[in-house]
Amino acid sequence: MELLYPDYKSTRLRAPRRERIQLPRASTELTGPALWDGRVAPNDHDLTRQHDGEPLGERIIVHGRVFEAGGRPVPETLVEVWQCNAAGRYRHQGDQHPAPLDRNFTGLGRCLTGKDGSFCFVTVKPGAYPWGNHHNAWRPAHIHFSVFGRAFAQRLVTQMYFPGDPLFAQDPIFNSAGADRDRLVAAFDLDRTEPEWALAYHWDIVLARTPFEDA
Amino acid sequence: MPEPTPPQTVGPFFAIGLPWDDGPAVVEPGSGAAIALRGTVFDGEGAPVPDAIVETWQAPGDGCRGFGRCPTDGDGGWEIVTRKPDAAGGEAPHVAVAVFARGLLDRVPTRIYFGDEQAANAGDPLLSALEPARRATLIAAAEPGGYRLDIHLQGENETVFFGF
Repeated sequence: MELLYPDYKSTRLRAPRRERIQLPRASTELTGPALWDGRVAPNDHDLTRQHDGEPLGERIIVHGRVFEAGGRPVPETLVEVWQCNAAGRYRHQGDQHPAPLDRNFTGLGRCLTGKDGSFCFVTVKPGAYPWGNHHNAWRPAHIHFSVFGRAFAQRLVTQMYFPGDPLFAQDPIFNSAGADRDRLVAAFDLDRTEPEWALAYHWDIVLARTPFEDA
Repeated sequence: MPEPTPPQTVGPFFAIGLPWDDGPAVVEPGSGAAIALRGTVFDGEGAPVPDAIVETWQAPGDGCRGFGRCPTDGDGGWEIVTRKPDAAGGEAPHVAVAVFARGLLDRVPTRIYFGDEQAANAGDPLLSALEPARRATLIAAAEPGGYRLDIHLQGENETVFFGF
């Protein structure tokens, strides 16, 4: 994909400009890390239960499955997420947005996918927040996702958004995905919404096909 | 048929989610044959990139986890501790690398080869196909305790990045 997207200013000096070299034989990149012993603690998938109290905000369930293009699920792979709190503030020294931190929210989650590639996180809906990219720039609410897959060549870091966000039109990061950007938007899921507890969103992640693999 | 999910930048706040305390320790530091792989990430104006994260992959086994990750420090520097991989499949020894940063819409894949493997490098099909100046962007220089290779995201010395 084209990595230079001038509307997102940070790409201007960081996006490589030269043509990529197609690896004649992606020997090493055809495998990838697969052993995650000790990486995921019992409450890591529930971002609302990592402190003494509950975080403020709208409690949500975010679930889905990890697939490869072609439809094969990816079991037992590490999924890592990070996000800002319900007020739109990250627990990071670089975030100086004057919105409150929440002492009951770190914003870090991890899980391993199940045998069917499924994952499920419980969290609070992240807030929108301003950034300095252009005048009156605001990021739509999003959760960062990191996924490994079977091969290092499939490594994916992306962002999940919420349906109908009015900030989409002015957000160059969302729009950098071009015609594929709708695949970044979760669907509201009434079936998985838990009565008297939490709204649910469904979002599947599809990794690139393993290179050079027969169909 | 499901289509691939597009990548998005890691943004400026990935330090909440991606670094591990033991991320740089692909092998136990001090274990036999441990080497450091280190370098600096630079942008198109030659400025260090202090908010990148470098991930590495090589065949695991025998005390080697295979996978490493290290965020860059305030000076753009990163370092992992690993073991030099063996040559395999007609390729010179190398470590696969993925670089993530604010301003990178996707991770950029590259590799690190080793400057003291002249014979293996000369016979490597990938390296041999590159012009010498481009090839040099993939070859780490031996130095005390390990090897160094800077990564240039852009500019005159732009690193060779791969597609699959």
